[in-house]
Amino acid sequence: MSAHSSPRSIVLAGVFVAGFAGIAVAQQTAPPAAPAQAAAQPLPPGSPLIGRPDNEAAQKLAPVAPPPLPAAPDKLPVAKLKAAPGFNIEVYAAGMANARSLALGDKGTVFVGSRLVDKVYAIINKDGKRTVKVLASGLYRPNGVAFHNGTLYIAELSKISKIDHVEDVLDNPPKPTVIYDNLPKDEAHGWKFIAVGPDDKLYVPIGQPGNNVLHDDAHGQIRRINLDGSGAEVVALGVRNTVGFDWNPETKQLYFTDNGRDWLSEDVPEDELNRLTKVGEDFGAPYCYQGNIPDPEFGWGHSCSEFTPPVGLMGPHAAALGMRFYTGNMFPKAYKNAIVVARHGSWNRSKKFGGDVVAVKLDKDGKVKSIEPLITGFLQNNSYIGRPVDVLQLKDGSMLVSDDYNGAVYRITYGKAKVATQ
Amino acid sequence: MRLWIASSLTLLAMTQMSGGSMKRLAVALALGLFASSANSETIEERAAPCFACHGEHGQSETENTPSLGGQQSPYALIQLFMFREKLRVFEPMNDMAKSLSDDDLRSFSDFIAKLPKPKPPPEAPDAARMQRAEALVTKYHCNSCHHQDFSGADNVPRIANQREDYLAKTLREYKDNSRHGYDGTMADVMGAVPPEQISDLAYFIAHVR
Repeated sequence: MSAHSSPRSIVLAGVFVAGFAGIAVAQQTAPPAAPAQAAAQPLPPGSPLIGRPDNEAAQKLAPVAPPPLPAAPDKLPVAKLKAAPGFNIEVYAAGMANARSLALGDKGTVFVGSRLVDKVYAIINKDGKRTVKVLASGLYRPNGVAFHNGTLYIAELSKISKIDHVEDVLDNPPKPTVIYDNLPKDEAHGWKFIAVGPDDKLYVPIGQPGNNVLHDDAHGQIRRINLDGSGAEVVALGVRNTVGFDWNPETKQLYFTDNGRDWLSEDVPEDELNRLTKVGEDFGAPYCYQGNIPDPEFGWGHSCSEFTPPVGLMGPHAAALGMRFYTGNMFPKAYKNAIVVARHGSWNRSKKFGGDVVAVKLDKDGKVKSIEPLITGFLQNNSYIGRPVDVLQLKDGSMLVSDDYNGAVYRITYGKAKVATQ
Repeated sequence: MRLWIASSLTLLAMTQMSGGSMKRLAVALALGLFASSANSETIEERAAPCFACHGEHGQSETENTPSLGGQQSPYALIQLFMFREKLRVFEPMNDMAKSLSDDDLRSFSDFIAKLPKPKPPPEAPDAARMQRAEALVTKYHCNSCHHQDFSGADNVPRIANQREDYLAKTLREYKDNSRHGYDGTMADVMGAVPPEQISDLAYFIAHVR
């Protein structure tokens, strides 16, 4: 602990002195600010770079953007991926630039959102053949897709739309109809994962509009709306950026991943796995991270005990994104009701972490008992050859994984490898 | 051969015209050439029309038009892709990229990366302004993703010695979100930067040595 606290107090003192110098400089008419002084001037509120230390190691870190072109099917890294003993991984579909969130239609169509391109794709299973087509384009950051009672819901950056009877109109899909657009337009954490809950409502997250900011009432939360867009209600607060959630099949409680802030340190905070037990719970951001770290900037005047702690930690900067409870019969019994989580992998860490699919097993209290690797190998020599985003269980109990780096979807099976049948 | 003759014609025409009409002609000719490009042509030949606006040897002489030299290939690929898909809207470039295949996009971005880096303006910059601007550049950690020498890496562009007018225009467009980045990073960064500081940021990066 002492090894930790002394460098931090030096840093804080430096910020204070430099901040003071900054004020003094601002009062002069011609500011001859030396760069060294300016380096530690406070950043404006909301800057994503708040907390970034001024050193060479930090300068090497930047968000990793996936290529805009999908990898050719024969260039996919599937041979380099490693499945847990007894499991297999194969290519399910390719050629979908920036493939992100997944949803399954009643007739076996897999819908795939994207974040950096403008498209929603459909992987169509018909007569034993699988084809990929663009279902909708011209959308703005259409990351989220959800399927319910024949209707596909699509979440763009600041609006939710739908296509009714989507599997009957795959050949000639209409433009999606907007059902809800009372949403902020911030780029930061503005892309959305969506899902329909057991209460038949659509759950819509609105992240904090920046790395670490004191957000207003319209941000840092999960809302639910009726399927026609009416009746919006905030169900969870203090949510920094969740990009995956699902409901526990036994308790019907909402579990969601939430990504911790950047630039606090290499090893903390870890991403959270949270559980909502009642409407209106606050999960801490930006005051408290991972249940026990008061934010150095916003934590003052607060205690982590004011907030609901996570049920488990998912690793530093790991970008735990899509998650689903496993309810199928293909995987061994030990996986029943385990949560399969896609960890996209870190950027804000010198030694990258994540870039895998893990199985999270819960104890009888619904808290994390263990986290075990299911698919690894997306991270090789500290760089990514693929990045898992979302997971989705098929009817046969196999599990799909999307990869936005290669624009592909893989399928995880257990036992003797078989070809997907749907 | 046909390409080179047409290019010479373009240059000839350009010397005899001025302003908007010259630019329109240049773009029209360039488009014609681009569309007629056959696979047998080398990438150098196919890229010749780009130089009409972006300048030969990687350095642009055209107002509000970026120098391409030494640009990070993954960044260039993303931009060409966005032009093709109209995710980034600028009509001449949308038209240019319209018919390019994925492999074309890769070839052009690799080619651009190998052009010589742009040079800083020959005249010495205003020292006081450079000092003031450097403080801002440091404050906003531009060196964080763009690196200490502003050469960028991967999807983060080289900005060192980019045209000052283009830098200022781009920063303003990121600030008001009229240019959507591939991801939201620059919108996020610029959200916190007051508009009146943009010209100094552009001045420093254009002149940095």
